[in-house]
Amino acid sequence: METTMRQTWAFLFRGYHLTRRYIGWVVVFNFYAVVTSATVALIGVAAGNYQLTLTLVVGALLWNYLSWLYQEISMSIAYERWEGTLEYTFMAPVSRLVHLFGVSLYSLINSVITSLIVLAGLVLFTNLNLRGANLVGVVVVLAVSTLAFIGLGLIAAVFPVMSAERGAEATHIFQGSLLLVSGVYYPIEVLPKWMQPLSAISPATYTLSACRKLFGVGMSGSTPDRLAGAPLSAVTHELVILALMGAVLMPFGLWVFVKVEAWAKRAGKLKRTG
Amino acid sequence: MQQPAIYVRNLRKCFRKRTGFRKHAELWALDDVSFSVAEGETYGLLGPNGSGKSSLIRVLSTLLIADSGEVRMRGLSLPDEQEQVRRIIGRVSVDAAFYKKLSARENLLYTALLYGQKASDAERRAMRILEQLGMENSKFSTPLEEMSRGMQQKISIARALVLNPPLLLLDEPTTGLDPKSRRDVQTFLENLREREGTTILLTTHDMAEAERLCARIGFLAHGKLVAEGTTAELMRTANATTLDDAFIKLTGEELVAEELVAVEE
Repeated sequence: METTMRQTWAFLFRGYHLTRRYIGWVVVFNFYAVVTSATVALIGVAAGNYQLTLTLVVGALLWNYLSWLYQEISMSIAYERWEGTLEYTFMAPVSRLVHLFGVSLYSLINSVITSLIVLAGLVLFTNLNLRGANLVGVVVVLAVSTLAFIGLGLIAAVFPVMSAERGAEATHIFQGSLLLVSGVYYPIEVLPKWMQPLSAISPATYTLSACRKLFGVGMSGSTPDRLAGAPLSAVTHELVILALMGAVLMPFGLWVFVKVEAWAKRAGKLKRTG
Repeated sequence: MQQPAIYVRNLRKCFRKRTGFRKHAELWALDDVSFSVAEGETYGLLGPNGSGKSSLIRVLSTLLIADSGEVRMRGLSLPDEQEQVRRIIGRVSVDAAFYKKLSARENLLYTALLYGQKASDAERRAMRILEQLGMENSKFSTPLEEMSRGMQQKISIARALVLNPPLLLLDEPTTGLDPKSRRDVQTFLENLREREGTTILLTTHDMAEAERLCARIGFLAHGKLVAEGTTAELMRTANATTLDDAFIKLTGEELVAEELVAVEE
């Protein structure tokens, strides 16, 4: 147990010191996240439509959290390939479960901090009043969604194991596709008919749908002064689907990763790149 | 009889390289390689670039799975018992692969934690090793990217040794080092073997280094182990006056059918 704790701590230790050394870039990425989110939310402010602003704010905030989490996990292998340390991590007597848990835990901490910074930025730019929103419910939905997104991140992390450059490209294409089909800034009904079924297999669709209800988006009782956030029971359907997705995607992601790692060792694909 | 620290029999590894649309070429990185290394022995593998040295080290490091053959590390079979093997090996590769923005201390502590070791113990051990390798303590907190290649390679050696492994796999550890650093590393490895009884498998281009450090040497060419023995045995077999000449004669074109030259004790 002590060994497992130390091994998990190793990934947090590494992440913390890398963040410290790359602090300039961390500031830039967070600045960019705040600015892009505010830019989207200000479309609602310009339209003078409080409901539209709230829809965009919820979309921007949640997408920042989910995409950051997904990206940090899925790109963790690509970063190691670029640094040249992947072989040393794979050579260490650490189980893949502990390795990926450590990476996911650090990504989760990073995502929460970035989301809080983006939330502060959005409140500042849009003068939002979140009174009446079911924020506890939002935290519950995000916690359940996190499992599904960690699973997706683990699945996408195998691409850089297969091919350093092509793999990193594939993870970004996958992330972009999620943004397109999940209804982050618009209802999925505006997507072409043939594309709409894809939104049903994206966990982000259910996270956004549930969180919008909990914030009170589209609720008749919501006013600019006080939102009418739905109770948690109103999003049971979304929570069940998200929990099921997490229960399937996390072990599946780990299984895929272990299989691809074994394949990479047979094909000689673990060598340093970049 | 004591089991060998490293036992390799009939090891084969072939890579498929794409040469065009639906066309592949086969490249034999390791072709029926067999050898063994006794506990506490330093065994050298000499071979030109592309001879299969790094592939062999990768197989022994659990990073590459062979197509066929048998590999045992202190009795543990690869790839079936790779988790246990990882606990008894340390590896130094030709390129010092580190988080270059992190300091030597941060890189070494990260490795120690990854192996489940207590950070404070690992830090003390790392400091001692770096001192023995001729590095100043003040460099411990310097980011790796600000260090010379020689210093980075010393940190790389310290990383492998901080884990105190009984088996050390060194893939051209002194390539690119200045003469002083090279001598520091060689002296350190000699002392390590005498003091700790560490088994060392060393690949190198440097004949003098192989002669100085290795009890036995194997010549690897085109994925085949074409000869092995002590320096004197290899020179006698090749009818050569230097190890350099023996290498050229035994791995060169005059080598008949690229067979393993069995060197009798």
